[in-house]
Amino acid sequence: MVNKMHIAVTVNGKDREADVEPRLLLVHFLRENLSLTGTHIGCDTSNCGACTVMLNGMTVKSCTVFAVQANGKKVTTVEGLANGAKLHPIQEGFWEKHGLQCGYCTPGMMMAAVALLQKNQNPTEEEIRRGISGNLCRCTGYVKIVEAIQYAAEKLKETQQQGMEVPAR
Amino acid sequence: MATEQVIHGMGSPIKRKEDPMLIRGRGNYVDDIKLPGMLFLDFVRSPYAHARIKSINAEKAKALPGVVAVITGNDLKGLGLDWIPTLAGDKMMVLPTEKVVYQMQEVVGVVAEDRYIAADAVNLVEVEYEPLPVVTDPFKALEKGSTIIREDKGTNHIFHWEVGDKAATDQLFKEADVTVKQDLYYPRIHVSYMETCGCVADFNSVEGHLTLYMTTQAPHAVRTVAALVTKIPENKIRIVSPDIGGGFGGKVYVYPGYVVATVGSIVSGCPVKWINDRSDDQPSTAFGRDFHMRAELAAKKDGTILAVRIKTISDHGAFHGDANPTKFPVGLFSICTGSYDLKNAFAEVDAAYTNKPQGGITYRCSFRVTEAVYAIERMVDVLAHKIGMDPAELRMKNFIPKEKFPYRSALGWTYDSGNYRDALKKAMDKIGYADLRKEQEEKRKKGELMGIGVSSFTEIVGAGPSHDFDILGLKMFDSAEIRIHPTGKVIARFGTKSQGQGHATTYAQIIAEELGIPTDDITIEEGDTDTAPYGLGTYASRSTPVAGAAAAMASRKIRDKAKKIAAYLLEAREEDLAWERGRFYVKGSPDKGKTIQEIAFAAYTNHPPGVEAGLEAVDYYDPPNMTFPFGSYICVVDIDRATGEPKVRRFLAIDDCGNIINPLIVDGQIQGALAMGYGTAFMEEIKYDEEGNVFGGNFMDYLIPSAVETPKWETDKTITPSPHHPLGTKGVGESATVGSPAAFVNAVVDALAHAGVTHIDMPLNPWKIRKALEEKGLAIES
Amino acid sequence: MNELTHKQSQCILVSLRLEPVRGLHMIPASFEYSSPKTLSEAISLLETSGSDSKILAGGQSLIPVMKLRLGSPSRLIDINNIEGLNYIRESDGFLRIGALTRIVDLESSELLKKKYPIINDAASHIADPTVRNLGTAGGNVSHADPANDLPAAMLALSAEFVATSSGGSRVIKAKDFFVDAFTTALKHEEILTEIRIPQFTVGNGGAYLKLEKRVGDFAIAGVAAQISVTQGVTVAKAGIGLTAVGSSAIEAVEAEQYLIGQTLTAEAISTASKLAARASNPGTDLRGPGEYKREMIIVLTTRALKRAYLRATGGAA
Ligand SMILES: Cc1cc2nc3c(=O)[nH]c(=O)nc-3n(C[C@H](O)[C@H](O)[C@H](O)COP(=O)(O)OP(=O)(O)OC[C@H]3O[C@@H](n4cnc5c(N)ncnc54)[C@H](O)[C@@H]3O)c2cc1C
Ligand code: FES
Ligand code: FES
Repeated sequence: MVNKMHIAVTVNGKDREADVEPRLLLVHFLRENLSLTGTHIGCDTSNCGACTVMLNGMTVKSCTVFAVQANGKKVTTVEGLANGAKLHPIQEGFWEKHGLQCGYCTPGMMMAAVALLQKNQNPTEEEIRRGISGNLCRCTGYVKIVEAIQYAAEKLKETQQQGMEVPAR
Repeated sequence: MATEQVIHGMGSPIKRKEDPMLIRGRGNYVDDIKLPGMLFLDFVRSPYAHARIKSINAEKAKALPGVVAVITGNDLKGLGLDWIPTLAGDKMMVLPTEKVVYQMQEVVGVVAEDRYIAADAVNLVEVEYEPLPVVTDPFKALEKGSTIIREDKGTNHIFHWEVGDKAATDQLFKEADVTVKQDLYYPRIHVSYMETCGCVADFNSVEGHLTLYMTTQAPHAVRTVAALVTKIPENKIRIVSPDIGGGFGGKVYVYPGYVVATVGSIVSGCPVKWINDRSDDQPSTAFGRDFHMRAELAAKKDGTILAVRIKTISDHGAFHGDANPTKFPVGLFSICTGSYDLKNAFAEVDAAYTNKPQGGITYRCSFRVTEAVYAIERMVDVLAHKIGMDPAELRMKNFIPKEKFPYRSALGWTYDSGNYRDALKKAMDKIGYADLRKEQEEKRKKGELMGIGVSSFTEIVGAGPSHDFDILGLKMFDSAEIRIHPTGKVIARFGTKSQGQGHATTYAQIIAEELGIPTDDITIEEGDTDTAPYGLGTYASRSTPVAGAAAAMASRKIRDKAKKIAAYLLEAREEDLAWERGRFYVKGSPDKGKTIQEIAFAAYTNHPPGVEAGLEAVDYYDPPNMTFPFGSYICVVDIDRATGEPKVRRFLAIDDCGNIINPLIVDGQIQGALAMGYGTAFMEEIKYDEEGNVFGGNFMDYLIPSAVETPKWETDKTITPSPHHPLGTKGVGESATVGSPAAFVNAVVDALAHAGVTHIDMPLNPWKIRKALEEKGLAIES
Repeated sequence: MNELTHKQSQCILVSLRLEPVRGLHMIPASFEYSSPKTLSEAISLLETSGSDSKILAGGQSLIPVMKLRLGSPSRLIDINNIEGLNYIRESDGFLRIGALTRIVDLESSELLKKKYPIINDAASHIADPTVRNLGTAGGNVSHADPANDLPAAMLALSAEFVATSSGGSRVIKAKDFFVDAFTTALKHEEILTEIRIPQFTVGNGGAYLKLEKRVGDFAIAGVAAQISVTQGVTVAKAGIGLTAVGSSAIEAVEAEQYLIGQTLTAEAISTASKLAARASNPGTDLRGPGEYKREMIIVLTTRALKRAYLRATGGAA
């Protein structure tokens, strides 16, 4: 019936393989095939960023990428942020600073923030706000999200000074 | 005894208990639920706003491998489910049998093995329509001879409602030195929770039992209505409201998807999931507002405001579906006298059916308080500019003085407590109001435009006292059930349902405060009708005022019983015992005492004769009155005279929601609601053309604010406890959506008022501002 | 209804019933997929597959279109795995940008910031950082949405587009490239491989200004202006491109011609800006009334020319 293609994707450090239709969106591959439901869907026009994941180290909207495009690549989702029981500094920041309410935008927002902090260790408030401009939140009014990211920036600097590895597989 | 750090009672800014799961991506939202054999439901939707259905041909869809069922209105009719009652006592179509009444209305449901096949099948269904004349303008809908949208009603006029003494108000207007009049349109907006509506329906045909996981803010009310409509006994319906990705009032309504998924599950024998795409959700689920107001104020020369008069046409779409308390078809709009000591007031509303989806009450609006506050706060500024008085000064002059509380308003509410002058004064001092006015003056001389907008709102929340408040007859109490287990750990259940408000944390803090048990030892559960006590749900900022009070009252019942047990254990008389948080001790010998944990253990191991074992309590709290949160907001805006772009430079919110349970959460609620107010004021709007085509029906066209536009909110507070709430709290979820739009608009108009601009309707798009600039000769070329 | 021009978001098209509304927004129709490793492979796939096959670059326009089922290509030819199409460099008198260069790379390129900041301006206004990670320069111009931001900049820069097919390469000038809404001069069998821009020497400056309802939204209106000035005063060359005010990106030719030989006085700028507005033909839609957009072309052209002049003469901004 439908043509399927074999793909192999490394998701949060694990090798995953599947036969998928070319039209399968990466977000559905993660959520339905792999049951990684932390990546959310908030829109159908690529505007909200709830589906943001890392593809080979850069953020993409997984609703606007086909799963077949991820073949042979590495994907990191919110489930891959923490290192076992140890939260990623961005997760700590969101918790400490009340950076989430309903939590629906949060996984995508955190991925965007991690990407931002990888590029820019000392972002200004303006740079943070621009950095997450592709991620919409309806609950928080953003102030506390900004604070959460600032918290994570500080934490990341500390860990780097201590020569510790920051998880972002 | 546990220390303060551990207990985290009232006022403690603790981190939320719900977050560890959510930040790990392990929340459980409806679309995350996966049941064995689950099918997927998708809808064919109407391209027409009003059209007769001539034929439906689903043969090609049915022939597509993987398609399990196609459900039409006629199929539902056989089950008596083609129409269902709305919460407002009207009825609504589930799927049409004869005609569609708005664009994007669900027409045919397709159930398939997965969402990809369902989408393909939707594409194969052929529906033939015969377009009918469309009515999208509520004024035209109410004209004689207008096309009738609801043949079953025979008219587009839904209701007329009025409140106040018309004759006395008219008289005040006659006698007034000054009157002002302004048409104010509160645009149609959508709540735009980030998670769209959806459900998983799982009907067990052997037991005749339905489990419905759904995005609802009011699971118990839904279950009762479902039982009445489907004839499935209420004990065989379980509604589960899992993690909810924002509700804001839009998830109080019942949508066709829930019903058709249920029917799909009954028909197929499999669980059926339905999840709206954003572009389905935005134009078909409940809108908010759409209120056409004509507002007037009467005043004396010196600025004393005498009366307010408001005439409104409200657009309800094709079904009157808003979740209003039955006796209040326009919600609590009669709070429109605001924070002012007025002699009289009169308001009237005529509601119309139009070819649009249902709605009206949604979106953090506190039952139409948004519209009421917007009207009065906007009009105070219109008056101020007319009589040449500073808007803040005019407010100060007319505020209800704090000595007058409890205050009986002209339209019949008894405001519980307030201190409006102090709140505004604090805001003015903090933002440097006098200096800003000077700066404005100097800027004007240089040809630069800045505006300062004030809004001093009074909210009314906590619906509500059962003598006045019910929905479809269900009284608007709410409930808490607290169980203390032998080791002193607590599970408490509520009739409300958090959608991000942090109930798991704040309710635990209330119980911690009342019983001295650490919040870490308290688990809060909501949203499962099988386990939670009955309650009307979470909307209109009612959770803290009602269910929060129930938590306190149930805790106190437990404390009463604990006292008996303690007396038994300590071999003392009850009246000789004193309570300090977490412990009863013998008066005069503080060393002799029993902790609540020791008492809990005894309740199961060594309870006194004549006293029942166990330590638990239920409370159904019926509030004696509403609570009346308030605040003063000040907005500073700069206007680009060439493009018309407004830029909010500062926004300060002073809120008073009585005693505070968790300052972090209160702050978050206010900031979030401010962002929504910003969206309403500057960006959001759903529009229809004359053919009923919807504009703003998805996230590409309906722009909600991003982090870049959203101002950096400044927040602070005053505290005026509610005298009748057991904790002195008032509720805060909607204060800022209610209070802020007027501050934004007042600021923009203030920037242009010297040139004679009196009003610009929201959303304040740059082109509307530019037009005003042009009309008053203020526009420049670059 | 006819006030709404085709260029608006695809979703409006849906609500306008140009396509029947079926409640389809998320799931694309089925297609075949290939991801060639070389350009020649990609070209031969284009030639052998049907006329409704499509190149997939960043996918940030194409995938949304497919999700809405406004386009249902039978085959996608993913060019992301072809090496050597992602570069920004100057050589042989041209600034050369590989078609697969990501918008994020345009945004952050030091070379562009220094010498061609107009591209930088435009790139940083496209969508949001996440979309810019995948979206490509080639895709942005090939999609030819009149509301895309790069086309106007390309017009102002007198860019040339290198189209490669099995017969070799041909060069299309920007003014011939943007034919109509969503239509370019590229043939189906051609792949855009490079965008090239005549290399600048001193005295050149450009700027792109975009007015938007929300950050990263499609423009209400946008203006790209590039000028070269001799002796710090006289305009020798001028390019002005307009975004979102017609059925394609528009070159404001009259304004350009007027500027040549002018000294950039306030009056000259004003005249040029009005001429630019005359070249526009905006419609009314959710992003504003046509009349307003035309006014804004005046405002934006004025501001863009001022900034371009500052940059051309070594001033800041
Ligand atoms: C939320 C959102 C907001 C956006 N906002 C803006 C905005 O403000 N401004 C703006 O300019 N853009 C905006 N875009 C569009 C975005 O910039 C796209 O990335 C860009 O327009 C297309 O680039 P792409 O590489 O993703 O192209 P694709 O989507 O892969 O392709 C687009 C079209 O070009 C064709 N194509 C691509 N590359 C080639 C090639 N080398 N040769 C021949 N044909 C080719 C494809 O076949 C397709 O028809 C937005 C997109 C989104 C999702
Ligand atoms: S789901 Fe909204 S951008 Fe992907
Ligand atoms: S926390 Fe609810 S959308 Fe961001």
